[in-house]
Order: sequence, then structure tokens, then C-alpha cells
Amino acid sequence: MFNFIARRLAVAIPTILILIVASFMLMYSAPGGPFTRERKLPPEVLANIEAKYGLDKPLPTQIVNYTWGVVAHFDFGPSFKYKDQSVNDLIASGFPVTLTYGSIGFVLAVLIGVGLGVTAAIAQNSWLDYMAVGISIGAQVLPNFVLAPILVLVFTLWLGWLPGGGWNGGAWPNLVMPVIALATSYMASIARITRSSMLEVLNANFIRTARAKGLPTRRIILRHALKPALLPLLSYLGPVFVAMITGSVIVDMYFSTGGIGQYFVNSALNRDYSVIMGITILLGVLTITFNLVVDILYAWIDPKIRL
Amino acid sequence: MTIRAALTATAAIYALTTGFALAEAMHPVTGEKLSENQTYTYRDLDSLPSIDPQLIEDSAGHDIARNLFEGLMNQNEKGDLVPGVAESFTVSPDNKTYTFILRKDAKWSNGDPIAAGDFVYAWQRAVDPATASNYAWYMELATMKNAAEIVAGTMTPDQLGVKAVDDYTLEVQLNEPTPFFAEMTTYATMFPTHKATIEKFGADWTKPGNMVSNGAYMLSEMIPAEKLVMVRNPNYWDNANTIIEQVTSLVINDENLALTRYQAGELDKTDIPIGQYPDLEASDPDAATSVPNLCTYYYTVNLSDSGNPALKDVRVRKALSYMLDRDVFVNSVLKGGQYPAYNLTHQYTAGFTMPDIDYAGWTQAERDAKAVELMTEAGYGPDKPLDLTLIYNTSDAHKALATVVAQMARQKLGVNVTLANYEWKTYLEVRSQQQFDLARYAWCGDYNEASTFLNIMTTGNEANDGKWSNAEYDALMAEAKTLADPGPNYTKAEQIMAAEMPILPLYQYTSNFMLDPSIKGYPYDNVQNNWYAKDMYRIAE
Repeated sequence: MFNFIARRLAVAIPTILILIVASFMLMYSAPGGPFTRERKLPPEVLANIEAKYGLDKPLPTQIVNYTWGVVAHFDFGPSFKYKDQSVNDLIASGFPVTLTYGSIGFVLAVLIGVGLGVTAAIAQNSWLDYMAVGISIGAQVLPNFVLAPILVLVFTLWLGWLPGGGWNGGAWPNLVMPVIALATSYMASIARITRSSMLEVLNANFIRTARAKGLPTRRIILRHALKPALLPLLSYLGPVFVAMITGSVIVDMYFSTGGIGQYFVNSALNRDYSVIMGITILLGVLTITFNLVVDILYAWIDPKIRL
Repeated sequence: MTIRAALTATAAIYALTTGFALAEAMHPVTGEKLSENQTYTYRDLDSLPSIDPQLIEDSAGHDIARNLFEGLMNQNEKGDLVPGVAESFTVSPDNKTYTFILRKDAKWSNGDPIAAGDFVYAWQRAVDPATASNYAWYMELATMKNAAEIVAGTMTPDQLGVKAVDDYTLEVQLNEPTPFFAEMTTYATMFPTHKATIEKFGADWTKPGNMVSNGAYMLSEMIPAEKLVMVRNPNYWDNANTIIEQVTSLVINDENLALTRYQAGELDKTDIPIGQYPDLEASDPDAATSVPNLCTYYYTVNLSDSGNPALKDVRVRKALSYMLDRDVFVNSVLKGGQYPAYNLTHQYTAGFTMPDIDYAGWTQAERDAKAVELMTEAGYGPDKPLDLTLIYNTSDAHKALATVVAQMARQKLGVNVTLANYEWKTYLEVRSQQQFDLARYAWCGDYNEASTFLNIMTTGNEANDGKWSNAEYDALMAEAKTLADPGPNYTKAEQIMAAEMPILPLYQYTSNFMLDPSIKGYPYDNVQNNWYAKDMYRIAE
């Protein structure tokens, strides 16, 4: 186990380095730059700005300097667009936001999704099954950019129950709509995966044996069927958790939560190089970490798997 | 005790002593009853790139800076100059030396007095290569002595043409007579900044708690991509006459959501999405507003070698401009009270007399007939159709207009216009490399004088992406700088453009927004839409 983790971490470092270099190259190959403006900057002004941000140096030097800053000082540099903020500032103010509504959304999506999936599987082809499948298909086909405006229309304009946006330090009325908008489609996917793998497990021989032994259904489901049924779900949940805690462009932009999800898109549009890099590295590290966590959980759930 | 509590207590004492059950505060001048809720909340599209006056480059940043800071001069509700930190100024006979006399009661938010040296520091900071401000060019535009050399690195910032004669006298040296210089001091780039604070905190000086400012408000909260909150500055010299207690900018990216939140009462002001003005005007006439805004929308024609050779023929350019039915753009597409444009300078620009442009006076039928005639003369018609590419940056509004234009060109002249849209930064790159036949452009005035528009069409100007060059036009604009009344030169310049048609003007902007009717004092007549919360107030409903 320890060797496995050490090996995975050793592979993670070159992976991150390749990620940095590849992102740098892609970023620089996009037309325009962080200081391209409708009103073109005079060359001498542009030269001063590029000197300030080190953009006048050759690309390899920039990559090395940047990587050294990240590794040695944990410094992701200044934002080129939001000049009053460093990338560290933006992540420090935005990541707790997405982490909060993302985690709540994740827990709800898993609880409701697994609940719906298990219910549907146990009562296969009954009205309960049809209802659960109906709900999850409905939730899946409703994209969050359609769901979000509907939520605001109903809860803010018509009912006046919830604020139409903002974060307000994470007060619960500000959390409700972002959580629903984020979690709904994940919940639907989780329900569908759970239902199909549960059905498979329920038809397996060991469950038939358990039934034949006369075990109560409740005990069969919770103790014998659920664990193996959740294995396929687990490999799906690793990347989903990372995606949820880093927020969503739609949710962050629409509800003005101040979360980091919005920077995935607007840093690229703004050619805000340092923010693009910061977000990419954050996402890369989280993805690698949670894939590792999922692998460890796998071994814990299924003793047949040896790390 | 908070200010609100103090007000309530005062009102209670007043009620007790006078015997009235309810006593509300009144506006000292108009006598209107003031609301107890003196807050103003408005929508911004995006997180503010910066609130450091010398680094600000967008209008949203300027809105914040005008409230947090105060320059030598301010604008009033009509956009006219009124004293700010400077009580008065004098100009030398050659119009190249400005002397500002500063008021003695102006203070920073930490209580320090404001001296002429604070302006010297800020202006040197604006041109200092170490600051690397995108707006360093603004000081060059102001023709400040040695500004260009300092930006280029051949002189040091302390050689800038500004000095503190004493604590309350600021002397400015210009390279050329610049009639709009005093107006330029109302812009953020020229606002004073507090040296000790900047030296202490470095780039973090703009954070709440660190920032020291000299405007009617001070920074209380700043959360990237969520909101910015400003509260009254008790040390502001005119604090006694300020009424609004708190100003909040909420970042709301989606303008339709912003409108919904306005309707839910969360905002006092928000922009009206394109095409929705007539409906909102009908349902909420007291709130829906359309006021002139100093910007002009046009298509620039590529006259460089990479452009379609047919466009070198002035008859083709004229035909393209004549066939544009501008009334359709403003009445059927935009619907926000915009003005059809036949020239470059916005008609509400201060001191600008609309020139006599020949085709502006014709009916559309006359223009269309003339367009067909010119195209035929130039040798284009159904058997020899012209193909052109029109580029614009991705946006529903630009697309809607471009689609209508392409339709008009096909129907009226048989010209095939291919539309190509690009994401913003790519668009700027493509346009500046002349990879187009026609390109969308919009120009907004940097200052309220016609040269801010007309200068962009001079030879070699950075905004002249069509690469038009006309010696007579250049000479007229160069001469205009030295004239007491440059008006006739501007008229002539516009007429040269109407004759040469290097650009196809489409429309002149208006600002369309919803403003809660209880908010008063908004500067509707200021064509640059420069508002100061200190001049606004909320009346009781």
C-alpha cells in the first residue's frame, strides 16, 4: 500500500510538469495576448508592461521562472487582468466558495442519487422505478444554464424567498440555488449508474444464496448488495468530486458567487496567462489526488483488489 | 453609534421636541423627503480589473474611482467642469501652462491634508515605466511635458512637466496648447494617490483596510467577482453635503439576470438588454432610461493591400454606405433610442456642430438609387457580383446588425457579404493585421471634444485599422489643435470622410438602463455618463 502511494506520487510530479509546459505552449499559441486592447497600446507602453510581467523573456525562460515560483515559493504570480489581485488571492477568495457549495452539492447528489438508484433497482419495473428513472432523466436533460434562470425566476422574482445571486459569506439563502443548479445533473447520473449496477448485483448468485438462506431484504441490500454495487460508481465519483469542488462556470458566472469556476473560461478569454496556469495546476493536482483516493477506497471496499 | 442609528436618534429627538409623530430628513436644496435607506446599488458586468487610479483603464473602474478619489476638477450633472480638489485654475496666454490652486480643507480618508505634492507623485507614478500602466498613454494624450520620453525610458519620472510651487499650488507644463486639459483631470489616471500607503503596502494598497483615498467614499469591502462596497468618508471636505451612505457594485455577468434582480428589488440600476427597451419603457416609464452616450458604431473599410481591390474604388465604398438603412438598425434591431449615424463624431459631443453631410439629408429611396447607380458605374452588378467579408467579435448584438447589413447588401446591390465572427482577443488580432474587407468598430470618446473621435482616422493612428490616409484630413486635424475655434476644421474633416467613405457609420450610442425612480440626482445630461454618488440621493417613497 505504502509503495503504491509512493509510486503514484512519483509519477504525479512529471505529470504536473508536462501539464505546465503543455498549457504554456497552448496558451501562447492562441492569438492575441493579455494586453491586446480595442485601443491599441503604444509600443513603448506595451514594452514597459511586458518587462514588468517578464513577458519580454524567451518562452523557455518564462516557463522555468514560473515553475520555480510555484514550486519554491508557492507563488502563482500576479493576475494580468485583475491587477489588484494575485492568482493566490483569486484562488484564496474563490476556492473556499466552490469548495463549500461543491461539497454540499456532492453530498446531496450522492445521497439522493444513490437513494433513487437503489429504490429503482429494488422495485424494478414498478411505478417507483419509473418515477425514479423519470426524475433522473428529467434532471439530466435539464442543463444548468436553463435550470438556473428558472430557479431565479421562481424563487427570487415570483416568491421572493431567495436572493438572486451573490455569496454573502456563504449564508444559506445564497447557497440554495447554486447547490441545486450544480448538483442536479450529477445526481441524475449517479442515480442511473447506481440503478444499473445494483440490478446487476441483485441478479448475482451470492444474492440469490443470501435470499435462499432467508436473510431479510433490508439486510441483503445494505450489507451484501450495496458495497459491490457502488464500485463502478466510485470510479465515477473521483473526477466528479473534483469537478464539483472547483465549481462550474455557469453557476459562478450566473449567481455571482465569486467562486473559481468562472476563471476556467474567462481567464482563457482574457488571455490572463497566470490565472490560466494557476487554475490548470490546481485542477491537475486535485484530479491526481482524488484519483489516488479512489484507488485506495477501491482496495478497501473490494479485498480482491491488491494495490 | 452608526450613522443610521444617529440619524434615527436625531429624528426621534426632533419628533419629541416639535411634537410631530414622524419627521423625515429633507433634501437641503430641493426640500424633497429623503428615504431612511440612503444606499445605492448598481450592476457591473465583470470583476473590476483594478481600482488603482493610475492603473484603471475601463469605465467601470472609473465609476469606482470617481467615488473613492477626487481629482483637481469634477463634472456636474451636465458634464460641465466644477471644482474638485482645485478651487480654481488659470491658463497662461500660450495655453501651455496650467496653474491649479488647491483647496486647503481637502483631506485624505486617514486625515492627512492633501497637498500639491500628492498630485505630482500620482502623475509621475502614471508615467513611470516601473508602474507599467496601460494608461500611461493618457498622460501623453494630455501632451504633458516629457511624458512620452519618460514612458519610453529616456527620461526619469521626476522630469515630468508638473511641480508643486507650494503645498496648494500645482503648475503643469504642456508641450502643445491642449484646450481639453482641465477636463482630463476628471479622469482616474490624474487622481491623486497616497504615497505613504502605496510605499507601505505595495500592490496590496488597494485592499480594504489598506486603502487611503480622498473622495466622498472609502473602500469598505471588495470581493473579486462578487461585489465592492463603499461607505461615506467622514474626512471628505464636502461630507456635510453628501447624502448617500453606501454605494455597492454587484458583479452580475448576465444582463437578463441583472434585470430580473432589479425587478426583484435587489438593484437600483442595471443595463437594459438589447431590444428590450420599448417593452420596459412601456411597463415602467419612470425607470427605463435612454440617454446619449459618446460612442459611435461603424464598419471600417480595409484600404490596405490585403483588402478587396474593389474597395479602393470610392464609388463602391459610397454605395455600401448609402444602401445601409440606418433607421432599420435603430428602430427594429437596437430599439433603444440610438441615433442613425452618417458621420463619426457623436452629435452630443460638447461644442460640436453637426456638419452638413450630403447623404444624411436624402431619403433612403434616394440613397438606395444612388447606391445602385454607383455600383453599376463601378462595374459591379448581377453578372459581376462583389464578394466581401465582414468581421465582428462574437456577440448577439453585432451578429444581429451584421445579418441585417448582409441582407441589405444582397437585396439592394447584389453584394455577397460573408460574415465571420471571432472571440474578442482573436478578433483584435485579426483586425489589426488587416485580415478583413469590413470590420466592426466602435469608438467611445476619451474626453468630451470632437478630436477624440476625429483623431483616430489620421494616418498611422493605432485605431485606424482600415489604413486610410488623407493628407488634407491630417493637416486639418493637426491645425485644429492650435485653433481657438477648431469647429470649421472638424466640419471639413467630417465632409472629407463623407466624400471618401473610409468608414461606414451605423449608429450613435445611447445608454439604456433601469434606474429606480426613488434615486435622484443621476446625471442624465452628462453624455459621458460620469456619475458621482455624492450628488445623488434617495427620496422617500
